[in-house]
Amino acid sequence: MSQYQVDESGFYGEFGGAYIPEMLHSNIEHLKNNYLKLIYEDKFQEEFQALLKDYVGRPSPLYYAKRLSEKYGAKIYLKREDLNHTGAHKINNTIGQILLAQRLGKKRIIAETGAGQHGVATATVCALMGIECIVYMGKIDIARQAPNVARMRMLGAEVRPALSGSQTLKDATNEAIRDWINNPEDTHYIIGSVVGPHPYPDMVARFQSVISEEMRWQLQEHEGTELPDYIVACVGGGSNAAGAYYHYLDEPSVKIIAVEAAGKGIDSGESAATSVLGSMGIIHGSKTLLMQTEDGQIVEPYSISAGLDYPGIGPQHAHLINSGRAQVYSATDEEALASVLELCRLEGIIPALETAHAFAVLDKMEFKKDDIVIVNLSGRGDKDLATFTEYLNQQSGEQKTDQ
Amino acid sequence: MENRLTSLFNDKSSDILNVYFTAGHPALEDTATIIQYLSDAGVDLIEVGVPYSDPMADGETIQRSSSIALKNGMTLQTLFRQIKTARAEVSLPLILMGYYNQMLQYGIERFLQDCQESGVDGLIIPDLPMGIYERDYQELFDQYNVKMTFLITPETTEDRIRQADALSSGFIYMVSKSSITGSASDISDSQQAYFERIAAMDLKSPRLIGFGIHDKSTYQTACANSHGAIIGSAFIRALEGDDSLENKVKGFIGKIR
Repeated sequence: MSQYQVDESGFYGEFGGAYIPEMLHSNIEHLKNNYLKLIYEDKFQEEFQALLKDYVGRPSPLYYAKRLSEKYGAKIYLKREDLNHTGAHKINNTIGQILLAQRLGKKRIIAETGAGQHGVATATVCALMGIECIVYMGKIDIARQAPNVARMRMLGAEVRPALSGSQTLKDATNEAIRDWINNPEDTHYIIGSVVGPHPYPDMVARFQSVISEEMRWQLQEHEGTELPDYIVACVGGGSNAAGAYYHYLDEPSVKIIAVEAAGKGIDSGESAATSVLGSMGIIHGSKTLLMQTEDGQIVEPYSISAGLDYPGIGPQHAHLINSGRAQVYSATDEEALASVLELCRLEGIIPALETAHAFAVLDKMEFKKDDIVIVNLSGRGDKDLATFTEYLNQQSGEQKTDQ
Repeated sequence: MENRLTSLFNDKSSDILNVYFTAGHPALEDTATIIQYLSDAGVDLIEVGVPYSDPMADGETIQRSSSIALKNGMTLQTLFRQIKTARAEVSLPLILMGYYNQMLQYGIERFLQDCQESGVDGLIIPDLPMGIYERDYQELFDQYNVKMTFLITPETTEDRIRQADALSSGFIYMVSKSSITGSASDISDSQQAYFERIAAMDLKSPRLIGFGIHDKSTYQTACANSHGAIIGSAFIRALEGDDSLENKVKGFIGKIR
């Protein structure tokens, strides 16, 4: 068994586990004892694969980005998760979990969301299966992500504002957990990232692992090898990264690059660079790296992208980073915005703000001409147009001042 | 010195009233005063909530009191100082309820040492798994004479109840129903059946029932089915009213028994 995958007791090295109150124990235990059996049943896999193909639109292309490659002096490929239905990788996981929820006999779905991408992906699969859907979202995020709130409502989901704490993603997660404690029998909680108590990080990573499964045969077709030199992905909780790394973790020649959001700068006090600013602790039932005070109070992070605005990181990523398997970079708000524009102008692709952080490190890395680099293009940028427009206006304003 | 929690359960086996409040709320320095008034009002045991930024098992009331306490500037060092002050005046058992991450960051041994020095008799850490406590911490707790309490719920299997009974050195915290703290409904038939099922198990540990105990009637039902009851959110809401702190504390306890 891989040293980078979860062990029998639910840990990745010293990270992971299930630090949960007794009120959640029976649900988590039931999930833990059944998830592997259920998701690898033939019928489940048939249905899962058919939906990924016909509903999500998989396989997503592995696209050789010619102009970007010329600029950075390496062969750069983009894994186009932005072309999935609902516009990001999030749907891979929600399709898997809704099929699981049906088999567990659950009649009601709850989810948390930050930027709204996971909320939309959850609302989508609930509509598809005709299951009641409640999405918890921080009151502040509801205000700053209005288009996704509208999408969820269109799809029939109820969006409940999380009013506690800082009213953002971590509080939405707390509220969803509390809902689950209050409704243990009929409800399944679809967590959107590789976070939370075991078995969630492993389960979500397995559903997202289709990303690297496809990369292997797609790269073989392009380059005659399944193995790139680098895989680059942005990490908030880290589900797109977990999927992109999954089938490469035991290939030591493939360098794993994780990119965190530095916000206004790592030392600015407004950052979400968890692996640099964080230390080991417990968040949402998992032992991992998180941003906290010396008293163990969880600190509110900051990033321009609501999807990376999380004070923790998935336990597998904490293990990959601590063991040296993954190398961490960070990108600031400004660098991410510049990368958005660069990808628009060089390749005609508008990426999500989260995703743009991954592109921002190309400039910080040293490549050889023949290096093959895959960047996981985890989502598209439609949801961020308001931010982009503001940036563009500011840019053109500055140019005018220069003249 | 014998642990005060142990002495309490040796001396008394029914109608034990355990009152919870959040340290540092309503005002930062109310902690010792509230302990004093609760002791004067005759409660048997006080559970001091250690305010946490992300209290997963708690409802709206305790979340709010915790946020206020943190905004007031509550820290673990301040808390131990306040407990020490209170301990000089009261002799009833004091326990702390907090989350695992707080103790992990402070250092478990340092935490236990400060409990012993300031006069804390027991801990409740709802998100610390029993297996990890047994493997890593049980000996340390014994060494510092700090008693541990585990929670059970209506969904807890018999095996786990037996495990919680074996590992608990304070009491067993019976969560009255599948919910977070702070609900205010009456005791249902299914809860009554659960209380009776646990009472018939002949556990070694005393049992206190909490979650949703908010008035005289629910307190009496809980006491009729166990060794006593825990009241939290309802008391915190009472503390938020307009009156002197002393009147609010004594008035609330007076209405319970």
